[in-house]
Amino acid sequence: MESKVTCENDLNFKATELRLGLPGTDDSEKHTPPSVRSNKRALSHETTEDSRSKSNSGTSDFGDDEKEAPPAAKAQVVGWPPIRSYRKNCFQPKKTEPESAGIYVKVSMDGAPYLRKIDLKGYKGYPQLLKALEIMFKLTIGQYSEREGYNGSDYAPTYEDKDGDWMLVGDVPWEMFISSCKRLRIMKGSEARGLGSYV
Amino acid sequence: MREDPTEMSEDDDRTTDLAGGGTIVVEASSNKTRSCGGNGGGGVGVGTIADYCPSPYPDQVLENVLENVLLFLTSRRDRNSASLVCKSWYRAEALTRTDLFIGNCYAVSPRRAIERFKRVKSLVLKGKPRFADFSLVPPNWGAQFFPWVSAMAAAYPWLEKIYLKRVSVTDEDLILLAHSFPAFKELVLVCCDGFGTAGLAAVARCRQLRVLDLIDDEVNEDDVDWISCFPESVTCLESLIFDCVESPVNFDALERLVARSPSLKRLKLNRHVNLMQLHRLMVRAPQLTHLGTGSFSTSDNPAQADQEPDLSAFATSKSLVCLSGFRDIVPDYLPAIYPVCARLTSLNFSYANINAEQLRPVICQCYNLQTLWVLDSVCDEGLQAVAATCKELHELRVFPMDAREDGEAAVSEVGLLAISEGCRKLRSILYFCQQMTNAAVVAMSRNCPELVVFRLCIMGRHRPDHLTGEPMDEGFGAIVMNCKKLTRLAVSGLLSDKAFSYIGEYGKLIRTLSVAFAGDSDMGLTYVLKGCPKLQKLEIRDSPFGNLALLSGLHHYYSMRFLWMSTCKLTLEGCKEVARRMPYLVVEVIGDTDEGDIDDSIDKLYMYRSLEGPRADAPSFVTIL
Repeated sequence: MESKVTCENDLNFKATELRLGLPGTDDSEKHTPPSVRSNKRALSHETTEDSRSKSNSGTSDFGDDEKEAPPAAKAQVVGWPPIRSYRKNCFQPKKTEPESAGIYVKVSMDGAPYLRKIDLKGYKGYPQLLKALEIMFKLTIGQYSEREGYNGSDYAPTYEDKDGDWMLVGDVPWEMFISSCKRLRIMKGSEARGLGSYV
Repeated sequence: MREDPTEMSEDDDRTTDLAGGGTIVVEASSNKTRSCGGNGGGGVGVGTIADYCPSPYPDQVLENVLENVLLFLTSRRDRNSASLVCKSWYRAEALTRTDLFIGNCYAVSPRRAIERFKRVKSLVLKGKPRFADFSLVPPNWGAQFFPWVSAMAAAYPWLEKIYLKRVSVTDEDLILLAHSFPAFKELVLVCCDGFGTAGLAAVARCRQLRVLDLIDDEVNEDDVDWISCFPESVTCLESLIFDCVESPVNFDALERLVARSPSLKRLKLNRHVNLMQLHRLMVRAPQLTHLGTGSFSTSDNPAQADQEPDLSAFATSKSLVCLSGFRDIVPDYLPAIYPVCARLTSLNFSYANINAEQLRPVICQCYNLQTLWVLDSVCDEGLQAVAATCKELHELRVFPMDAREDGEAAVSEVGLLAISEGCRKLRSILYFCQQMTNAAVVAMSRNCPELVVFRLCIMGRHRPDHLTGEPMDEGFGAIVMNCKKLTRLAVSGLLSDKAFSYIGEYGKLIRTLSVAFAGDSDMGLTYVLKGCPKLQKLEIRDSPFGNLALLSGLHHYYSMRFLWMSTCKLTLEGCKEVARRMPYLVVEVIGDTDEGDIDDSIDKLYMYRSLEGPRADAPSFVTIL
């Protein structure tokens, strides 16, 4: 009871095809079971035959075969494993918890007597972060450009990354930034200008 | 998790329930004298005198004596036997039975039960089949409480206790209950649904309430403050279990309630109670023996985030023997429970995401532990720590954190083997894993001869012994062979008909059997139906058993509480044949809610003995043959 593989043609149905599976995976040896409810008997029949032939051959590669298909393609059978849904659901949320914890980093500004702390998770991207810094420290940071850094300002936001290096805020994608940023420092004056003109 | 005698009796008590006794009694009572003669010594004597003596007095005296004696008879099985002796014993038993046990709510009607038993004070009622827990029974299938509560409201105004399992209960039912039974003392709802906090509020108002236990129920989240509805004065509360209630409760009211409940021994809080609140409650109730700790975490409230919770109440407790909860556990606070570990007989960590390192310091002090539920997050190493210390362990349950077939393997045959070697007194095990070997299962069968319940769930369907590649036949075979007291068995993994031949040959005491994705042919089921004389409850899914196998069990179905078969190889004809030949069997074919007529191959069969014939409340997707 194998699903028919959609043939590629000029209209490129493949790109718009709805199917189970991770984007980019090939639909070659697809072991996607048909809709669980309507074809449950077929599925169980199929797997029973599979297991019989495999157990006869004395190998344990039935488990391996199941792994060929990408995990997302394997439909979970209703009511299996036999765990009450309350228990099943209890631990789903756990996986997202680390993501919801804040990423707090210290922010220092040259010449300021004390530091501040901000939660990088609270910002969607660089514009919001820079705006917040501007408000917090009552200064203007200016526009970021890849070539020239922060021009038109005495200040440049920098950060220390995982390797201990001081980087200019804005060079790397936002997600990479918040995962590698350890602390922020708003450089001022000649140092700041040096960084911009260095680039 | 409470050691409720009615709960344990499923596996321990080898009795038949009311329906079983009822069926036989109905047939026998129509020719009582004949059965009297056939039943031997004592029965004949009484029956003969009653039948032939013209004066009523000896009969009367005998009945009075009998009643007084029967008052002491508590076991269902003994009572059922006593009721079969003769008419006067039947009458006397019916008058003195105070605890009514209905294992299947459709096996007998409320009216019939009430007609026979006049003085019932306690009811145990079970509804849906167990596979309903896993979404295999469509909603609105049945098992409504209303017919029972409304009949009993009129018949048993002195009713004191109600225990329901897998029954649909509405708020209105609970309100009716609260109004109808002025002496009401105990309500225990297990795996029930259909009610909410409005119903709980009504029950709380029962002035003599001692026990309100909600276990694994689905409670509607309406916003009634039911905790505030308990009597204002000192209460009789002994047990309040509401860890399954998802909505927050009024904590201040709860604290006041606990403070005015001096008899409170069991308190299980829901996840909305944090550590600070837990401390306040424990201080109010130092006499607690069973405690469900709620979240075991600090408050979500940022204002309180910096406060360190006071955990000293555990150190001062002298009476705690059972701990559970830990719903959102902060493992750093686990050391707080060290002082009670040595006294613990029951520990439920099945919601606590802790690893072996975090479990070890706790478990190594729990040398009196008899019952342990954990998550497989503790891994094989954690189980080894359990095996090293918990020599008195009777019951172990290992639940999966990742309940998927292809999930992460956290525990394996290594953990099972360790447990079998360390916990020789083990009686009951439920073990979820991704992989297993026959050798480990065989070892357990040899090391743990006291096993009464063996439930192994290898989550990958049809998964063989991962070392040898062979089916798991030999492992389960060894279990039924060596564990001579086994009454409950759940099998999994790759299994051929051989496994079932072992079960049929050796599983002479098995009452409950769960089968999934197993077997090769009709022979598998036939072995079981022909070989297991004590079989009461058989639930099978996704296994290649067909009509031939179904028909091989006709001799036994009246002795069973039920048979469930889903996604097997049954057809309508086969089921109709069974229905034709077994008039006291109700044969239900359950379709999915949105499908129309059933076709020849049926998906779900649920059949059970009954005195009532087809039930009147069957929904449209249920066809009774």
